[in-house]
Amino acid sequence: MSATPVRIFVPVDAAALSVGAEAVAQAVAREAIARGLSVEIVRNGSRGMLWLEPMVEVETAEGRIAYGPVAAKDVAALFEAGFTSGGAHALRLGKTEELDWMKRQQRLTFERVGIIDPLSIADYRAHGGFKGLEKALALTGGEIVEAVKASGLRGRGGAGFPTGIKWKTVHDAKAEQKYIVCNADEGDSGTFADRMLFEGDPYLVIEGMTIAAIAVGATRGYIYLRSEYPHAHRTLLRTILKAEAAGMIGASVMGSQHAFHLEVRLGAGAYICGEETSLLESLEGKRAIVRAKPPLPALQGLFGKPTVVNNVLSFAAVPWIMDHGAQAYADYGMGRSRGTLPIQLGGNVKRGGLIELAFGITLREIIEDMGGGTLSGRPIRAVQVGGPLGAYLTAEQLDVQMDYEALAAMRAMLGHGGIVVFDDSVDMAKQARFAFEFCAKESCGKCTPCRIGATRGVETMDRIIAGAEVPKNIAVLRDLSKLMTDASLCAMGGLTPMPVLSALNHFPEDFDRPPLPLAAE
Amino acid sequence: MAAYPAWDQDSARMIVAGLAHLEGATLPILHALQDEFGYVDPQAVPLIAEVLNLSRAEVHGAISFYHDFKTTPQPRRTIKLCRAEACQALGCETVVDELSRTHGIAVDSHHAGDAAVETVYCLGNCALGPSALVDGELIGRVDAARIAGLCQHGRAQ
Repeated sequence: MSATPVRIFVPVDAAALSVGAEAVAQAVAREAIARGLSVEIVRNGSRGMLWLEPMVEVETAEGRIAYGPVAAKDVAALFEAGFTSGGAHALRLGKTEELDWMKRQQRLTFERVGIIDPLSIADYRAHGGFKGLEKALALTGGEIVEAVKASGLRGRGGAGFPTGIKWKTVHDAKAEQKYIVCNADEGDSGTFADRMLFEGDPYLVIEGMTIAAIAVGATRGYIYLRSEYPHAHRTLLRTILKAEAAGMIGASVMGSQHAFHLEVRLGAGAYICGEETSLLESLEGKRAIVRAKPPLPALQGLFGKPTVVNNVLSFAAVPWIMDHGAQAYADYGMGRSRGTLPIQLGGNVKRGGLIELAFGITLREIIEDMGGGTLSGRPIRAVQVGGPLGAYLTAEQLDVQMDYEALAAMRAMLGHGGIVVFDDSVDMAKQARFAFEFCAKESCGKCTPCRIGATRGVETMDRIIAGAEVPKNIAVLRDLSKLMTDASLCAMGGLTPMPVLSALNHFPEDFDRPPLPLAAE
Repeated sequence: MAAYPAWDQDSARMIVAGLAHLEGATLPILHALQDEFGYVDPQAVPLIAEVLNLSRAEVHGAISFYHDFKTTPQPRRTIKLCRAEACQALGCETVVDELSRTHGIAVDSHHAGDAAVETVYCLGNCALGPSALVDGELIGRVDAARIAGLCQHGRAQ
C-alpha cells in the first residue's frame, strides 16, 4: 500500500503558470522528498476555475480533493495538515467534482481537461480518447459527414457555419490533394478556450482533425497557432511527435489505409490571420491579405486545393459526436444552436474562467452566478461578448441567452464565446475609439473601407472625445460605420462598427461631451 | 535574458536551406532566423528569395506584414504587455501610464537600453489580467512596479 505514490495534480496551463504554478510544483516536490513521501506529481490542464489557480488536487480514496489558490509558501503547511490524504486546511476546497462551478457544467469537449496528464496517450485512451476515431474508421467518409451534419455542429470560430456542410463540400470535391487546417489563431480578447484545450487535452484536437481528414479524404493537415501562445506551441510540438510515434497519425492512421500528416505552424502576430482566407495566405508564406470569396476555401483553399478550415473547438467537438452519436450531441442546446459552448469569462470579474454548457444559459447567470460579479466590487456597466468585434451590452441586457440567433437579434454576436466584463469606471467613448484603433493596426489593408475607414474612425472619435461639434461628428461616425459594415471585404472591417455602434447606442451619455477646455496655462 | 549572436550570413544560409523543403516555408524560415539572431537582417531577403524561388519584394512583403518580425537587433529582453479589452477592464492602461510617469518607461518606443516593453493584443489570460509575456513565460495580475523590475533584469546594479 505505502509503495503506491500519492498522485498530486499541479496545473501546467499557462494561466496557472502565470500566477505561480511552477513554483508550487517545485515546492511540492521538495516537501515530498524532505518528508520521504512517495508522490507522483502530474502536470494537468486547468479545470477552468482560474481565480483558484494555482489549484492543487490530491487523489484520495473518495476522489480528487482540491486546494487553492496555493502559493509556494503554503506548501509546507499543506503537507503538515496532511493534504496528501485530503487533510483539513484553510485552502481546502473539497471534492473538485462537487464544487459549484464544476457541478453546473455540461462538459463534452472539456471533459478530460484538468483531469488527465495532457501529454500521456495512455491517460487519453483511459479516459475515452480515440473512441471517436475508431468509430470513424469503420465508416465511409460520407457517413462521417452525415453524422457531423446530423449533430447540428456549427463552426465555433464565430461565424457559426454548419460544419457538416463545409465538410460535404470538401468531401465531394475531386482533387489529388486535400488539406485540413485548424484555425488556432485565437486572437479575440476574452477567449482562451483553444489555448486551454491545447495545454490540457491536445490529442483531442488531433483526433478531431484526423476524423475530418478521413471524412473528406485529406492526407495533410496544419494547425495554425498564434505566436502569443508559446506554452501551447511547446505542448503541440511534443504531442504531434507522440501521436506519430503511437501510430495515431502519419503514414497509417491507427493501422488503417488512411495517411494523415500533421504539422503545427506559428503565426507572427497578426490578428487578421484568424480570418480563414488570410490564414491560408499566411500558411502559404505570404502577406496575410484576405481573399475574396468565392472561390470557397472548401473548393480552392490551401495552395488552391480543397481545404477544411475549422476552429479548434469545432474539431474538438467531433470525437465526442462520433463516439456518442450525432443525436446525443444534438440533444444539447436550443433552437439552431446545438451542443455545448465553451464559454470564457474574463475581464473585471471575481471568478473568471472557462465554463462549458449547452447553449441557452443567460449572460446574467454566467456573470452573476458563476462569475460572482465584478472583481473591483463596483457595479457592472458594460459587457463585451464575442471578442473585439462583438457588441458592448448594458447591465440591463444581460438576460439574453447564449445562442447565435438570440444575440444576433439584439445586434450582438456570440463569436468564439468570450465574455469581458467592465465595471462603471469604463469610458465607452474610449472603448469605441479603441475598436477603430485596433482595426487600423490589424487591418490587412486590402479593402478601402477597412483600411482607411478605421483610421477615419479614430480621428472622428478623437473629435467627439474632445467635444468638438459632437452631433455632426456622431453623424459622420454613423455614416462611416454603415459604409464599413456594407462594403468591407471581411468581418474585420465589417464588424468593427459593432462595438462602436453598440457603445454609441447603449451608452450615449459617454459620447455627449462638452468641449475640452484649452490646456491651462 | 536571451543574448543573441551577431548576424551571420553563413549560418543564416544553413537555416534557410534546412527549412526550404517545407510547404509555404517563408514563415517557418523567418521564425527560425529570428529565434537564432533576435531579428531578421535585410541580408536574409535575397537569400530566402533565391532558395524559395520568390521575388525579393514578396519576401520583404512578408517580413514587413507581421508584427513579430523585427529587422533590427533587439534588446536583450522584450516584455509583451497585453492591452486588449479584457486587460483594459483590469487596468492595463493605468499600468502603461504608471510605467511612463513613475518609471520612465515608454511602452512601444524604441529603447536604446537592454529591455523594451511592447503592446500585444491578447495573451489568452483574460481572467487573470493584466498580463504580460516575458521570455516566453506568461505573467498574470502584473503591475507597473513588477514590469519595471523585469526591465532591470540583467543590468549592472
